[in-house]
Amino acid sequence: MAASDQLRFHEFDEAADLLAATPDATTTSVSERQSHVALDVGSSYDENEEGDESDKTELLSGQKQPPSFWTFEYYQAFFDVDTYQVLDRIKGSLLPLPGKNFVRHYLRNNPDLYGPFWICTTLVFTLAISGNLSNFLEKHGNTSFRYSPQFHKVTIAGVAIYCYAGLVPLALWGYLQWRKGVCLNVASYTLLETVCVYGYSLSVYIPASVLWLIPVSWLQWLLIATAMTLSGSVLVLTFWPLIRLDSRAATLAVLTIVLALHALLAVGCKLYFFQKPLHDYPPPFLKDGSQGFKQQLRHLLWEHGTDSEEQDPGARWSLCQGMTGLCEAISQLPKPVQMDAPSHPL
Amino acid sequence: MAAAEGSGAGGAAKPLFAGLSDVSISEDIPVEGEITVPVGSCSPDEDYSTLDEPVRDTIMRDLKAVGKKFVHVMYPKKSSALLRDWDLWGPLVLCVSLALMLQGGSADSKEDGGPQFAEVFVIIWFGAVVITLNSKLLGGTISFFQSLCVLGYCVLPLTVAMLVCRLVLLAGSGTVSFIVRLIVVMAMFAWSTLASTAFLADSQPPNRKALVIYPIFLFYFVISWMILTFTAQ
Repeated sequence: MAASDQLRFHEFDEAADLLAATPDATTTSVSERQSHVALDVGSSYDENEEGDESDKTELLSGQKQPPSFWTFEYYQAFFDVDTYQVLDRIKGSLLPLPGKNFVRHYLRNNPDLYGPFWICTTLVFTLAISGNLSNFLEKHGNTSFRYSPQFHKVTIAGVAIYCYAGLVPLALWGYLQWRKGVCLNVASYTLLETVCVYGYSLSVYIPASVLWLIPVSWLQWLLIATAMTLSGSVLVLTFWPLIRLDSRAATLAVLTIVLALHALLAVGCKLYFFQKPLHDYPPPFLKDGSQGFKQQLRHLLWEHGTDSEEQDPGARWSLCQGMTGLCEAISQLPKPVQMDAPSHPL
Repeated sequence: MAAAEGSGAGGAAKPLFAGLSDVSISEDIPVEGEITVPVGSCSPDEDYSTLDEPVRDTIMRDLKAVGKKFVHVMYPKKSSALLRDWDLWGPLVLCVSLALMLQGGSADSKEDGGPQFAEVFVIIWFGAVVITLNSKLLGGTISFFQSLCVLGYCVLPLTVAMLVCRLVLLAGSGTVSFIVRLIVVMAMFAWSTLASTAFLADSQPPNRKALVIYPIFLFYFVISWMILTFTAQ
């Protein structure tokens, strides 16, 4: 009896010792859940050999340390996605549904950096190439126009897009962290999830920037509105559950700033890379006799400006706009004036 | 050894070397060293290291290796020669020649022109490094320099396209020449992408292949765009 009691006592002791020795055994399995899940779900076993080996060493040593910031494995955790997952996330950002929070529904605690990085890169090159093409298409008929690749646009697009996709999520995350400390009703996502949401929300601008090539003005603005609505609603739907319990003013302010920055990016890209098309095809519901007059006048002013030695097309364009506006006001008079080519410079 | 000594000591009373025929070395005694005498290495002058060979031989050996890899790129079969003996001479030569041919371009203002030499160089090398990092982060088993080697060598069809474009531009720069250039560049772009995919795809995890191939596609697309939009001064 004493022997069995002793045995029982020793077993209990040993179990307690084991638990005391490795207190973080259970917690690491929870925190490293994502790597375990990735190994289980649909992946072949000759794939992550390093993962398998490190798994075995974990089991053998009984404890695991998360990879240090300076190792390669730390960053591999950010690229732990499969093809269908990335495509799924892009679909979710293109068609936001009110019930589906992007972070909860699509990311599911597995944010990645692959999507944001390559979507931003694609957007940079798409903007530069489309901008160059639209510039070419617009000035094609002009005899004094010489085509140039305008490679500096790639640099400018790159800086703009990467700064937006990197700094704005950082600012928003910082604000939410601060707000969480001040007001207990506010939650926050991790920095990586915020960057991920912003990156994927930019994906709608890629087809938009290709479609902006069509030189029809009202269609371009319609495209901007659609793109801004779609990607803005992804952002709003994602961040709304976090801040809706905050004070009304703060909530409204945050949402307004988020949407305003997004709109600024879209409109800025459109205005810088895609100049206003020369020939205004009026929308089908607005057919006016004065439209033809405006077109002719603008064309004449532009042609005249091109002949001069002036180096600043922006100023020239705004001058054209000003003159056209003035003439438009004049054209409101009952009798529209038909103009021939002027015999003397204006 | 012990057996030999023992029988040698025991055979001291017998005639000399009588017991030598009984000598045998047991299996578990390790015997090391070469017993063959290399033929013809009697004089130190014939000990050829690559330091003493003619310079022509050294250069030709490397040039032949590079040329063999060029042939592998132009006819991409699943051979591992490109991966096994990687070198970065070929990519360097291709990158420099492409950047030299692409630089400048026409410009009305200083910044409105084509890519400069440094820009092309940075795009090619930085792009190749980023794609390699991307494929490694996604779990690829290829090494860093092997991947750089493959991506650099597969720029060869696009360099050929650049040459052809420059020659066509010498003839004229109208619509016909543009169509010819477009067809040539598109064909070479497809060739580059398929060649690099053939070499790199096997080392990627199977459910992430598209994630690795897309950046390669983007990379060669950007280079093709730079080649296509080149206008001579």
